[in-house]
Amino acid sequence: MKDWRYWLAEQRGTLLAFGIFIVMFTIYTSNHPAGFTANVVQTASNKGVLLAFVAMAQTLVVITAGIDLSVGMIFLLTNCLASWLVIGTGIETAFGVVAVLGTGLLCGAINGAIVIYGRLQPIVTTIATGAVYFGIALLLRPFPGGSVNEDLADALTGRLFGVVPASLVALLAVLLVVWVPFSRSVLGRAAYAAGSSETAAYMSGVPIRRGKFAAYALAGLLAAIGGLFLTFFTYTGEAAYASGNAYTLFSIAAVVLGGVSLFGGKGSAIGAIFGALAFRTIGDLLFVFDFDPLWQPLFQGVILLIAVSLGAFALFRVRNRLEWFL
Amino acid sequence: MSEATIGGIAGRMPKFIRRADPAVLTAFACIVLLLFVGSLYSRSFLSPEYLLQQLKVASFLGVIATGMMLVILLGQIDLSVPWSVAAGAMMACAAAAYGPVGVALAIPFGICCGVAIGVVNGIGVAYLRIPSMIITLATNAVAQGLMVVYTGGFSPQDSATRAMRYLATGFAIPGVPNAVVIWALIGAAMIFVLTRTGFGRTVYGIGNRERAAYLSGIDTRRVVLMAFAVSGGLSAFGGVLLAGYASKAAQSMGDAYLLPSIAAVVLGGTSILGGRGSYLGTVAGVILITLLQSILSVMQMPEAGRQIIYGVVIVAMLLLYGRAPASR
Repeated sequence: MKDWRYWLAEQRGTLLAFGIFIVMFTIYTSNHPAGFTANVVQTASNKGVLLAFVAMAQTLVVITAGIDLSVGMIFLLTNCLASWLVIGTGIETAFGVVAVLGTGLLCGAINGAIVIYGRLQPIVTTIATGAVYFGIALLLRPFPGGSVNEDLADALTGRLFGVVPASLVALLAVLLVVWVPFSRSVLGRAAYAAGSSETAAYMSGVPIRRGKFAAYALAGLLAAIGGLFLTFFTYTGEAAYASGNAYTLFSIAAVVLGGVSLFGGKGSAIGAIFGALAFRTIGDLLFVFDFDPLWQPLFQGVILLIAVSLGAFALFRVRNRLEWFL
Repeated sequence: MSEATIGGIAGRMPKFIRRADPAVLTAFACIVLLLFVGSLYSRSFLSPEYLLQQLKVASFLGVIATGMMLVILLGQIDLSVPWSVAAGAMMACAAAAYGPVGVALAIPFGICCGVAIGVVNGIGVAYLRIPSMIITLATNAVAQGLMVVYTGGFSPQDSATRAMRYLATGFAIPGVPNAVVIWALIGAAMIFVLTRTGFGRTVYGIGNRERAAYLSGIDTRRVVLMAFAVSGGLSAFGGVLLAGYASKAAQSMGDAYLLPSIAAVVLGGTSILGGRGSYLGTVAGVILITLLQSILSVMQMPEAGRQIIYGVVIVAMLLLYGRAPASR
C-alpha cells in the first residue's frame, strides 16, 4: 500500500465527518432566506464553535477509552465564573481569562486524578464530579446574570476583515496550540496507546498514567475555553442544568459523528470538530425549512439515532461471530 | 501472617457477616452513620413515621434502580431512564383520558411504552452492537422529542388515575405504604431471578465475559435484549408510580432519577463493569441515597450545596470501597 492510502484509512472517520458537514451546510445555506452571506456564516460558526470546543474536550478523554460526563458542567461552571471575572481593564480581563482557564484545567485534573490514581470508573466519577461542578456553578450564579468585557467579547465573536468569523479563527488557534502539540507528543501517543490496549501499552513502558492524566486535564481546559466563549456570546453567566446536560450529550454525539471510536484509541479532535459543526447544522436545518420548533428535539434525536446506527454496518464486515463481542 | 489475623477475626463473626460482601456492609454502615448524624440534628429522625416516609420515597428510586442494576450487571448502562420515566408517566396519564377502558389500561400502557424504549435499546446494543451509552442516549433524545411533540412542550393536563394514586400513596396493609410493598415485591422477584433462575446466571455470565457466555451456548443477544426491555419497563413503572404520587406527569420528572439510580447501584457494590453485585447492595444504595437527599433537604441546604455534597459523598464512598484492583 502507498503512504497516502494508509493516511486515507486512518483519516476515514474525519473525512466522513467533513463530508457530512459540507453536505449539510450546503443544504442549510442554499435554503436559508439570506443565502450564503458573511452574516449567516458568522451566526452558524458562533453556535457551532461552542459545541466544537466541548466535543474536542470529549475527544481527548474518549481517545483514552474513558468518557467525561462532566464536560457540560465544567462548561457551565467556567461560564458562570467568567461572568464574574472577565471584566474591567485589560489587565483585569486578562487575569480573569487565565483564572477561568485555570479553573477548567483544575476541574479536568481532578477528574483525571480520581480516575487514574483513585482507580474509579470514568462514568461514575465524572457523573459525581459533574454534580459538584454544577453545584459550584449554582453557587456562583443562583440567578442568571453578570457581565463580560464587551470589547473582547465583540472582537472574538465578530468578523475579521469583514468576512472570516473570529470564532472560527479562535477555534483554529486552539486546535493548533492544544490539539496538534498534544497528539504529536509522547503524552498524546500514550493516551492513544492507553485507549487502544492499556495492558499492551503498560507492558511496552508507555507512560499511560501521565498520558491519561494530561488528556483529562486538557479536556477540562478545552471545556473552559468553550465556557469562556459562551460568556462572550451571551454576555451573562447562567447555571442551567438542562443546558449542561445537553452539551454533554451533544458532545458525545459529535464525537461519534466525527469518527472517534468510543472504545478508545481511534479518531481525532479534527473529526470531532466537524462532527460538532455537522450536528449543529442538522439541528438548524429545521429552522430554514420552517418547521414547528416543537419538532426540533425529536428531529435531533432521530438524526442521533440514525447516526449511531450507521456504525452497525461494520457488522457486515465481521467474518468471525466472536468479534461481535469486544 | 496478616491474612491469617484477618481470617481469625472473621472466624469469630457470625456466619451471615462473614459471607456478606464488604461493599454491602460498608453501605449499610454508612446508612447507620447517616441516621446517627441526622438524629443529632433532629430527634424526629429516628421516629417510625419519618423512616417509613423515607422508605416510601426510596421505593420510587428502588423500582427504577432495579432495572438499572440488571443492565449494569451485564456491563452496560441505561441512560434513557429520564425519558423512560417521563414517557411511562405521561402515557399512563394520557391513556386515562380515553374513557373507562383507558383508565383500566393506563398502567399497563405506560409500562408498555417503557418496554418499547427498552426494546429499541436492546436491539441496538445486542444486535447492532452499538455501545449502550450511545444508543440509550439516542433513544432518550427520541423519547424526549416524542413527548415534547405530544405535550406541546408543556406539562400534560391529564391527571393520574385512581389506581395509580392508590398504588403510590394508598395503604393496602395498614401502616405500610403501597409503594414500599411494590418495591419489596419487585425486589423479591429480582432476587429470585438473579439467584435462582438460568436467566439470572446468564446475566452474571454475560457481565463477566460475553464471549465465554456465547461459546457456552447461551443466546446472549436475546438475554441482553430482555434485560434492556425489563429496565425500560421498570423505569416506566417508576414513572407511573411517581405520577400517582404527584397525581400528574411533568416534563422533566425523570431527570432527577438517572444519576441517583446509577449511584445507588454502584454504591451498593455492583461493579459498573458488570458481572458482580447483589440486590441487597442496591437496596442499601437506594436507601443511602434517599437518606442523604432527605437529610440535606431537612438541613435546608440550598440546591447548590446539595449537589456538591452529593457528588463528594459518592466519590468519597467509592474511593472507600469501589476501587479497581491495582495489579494488571
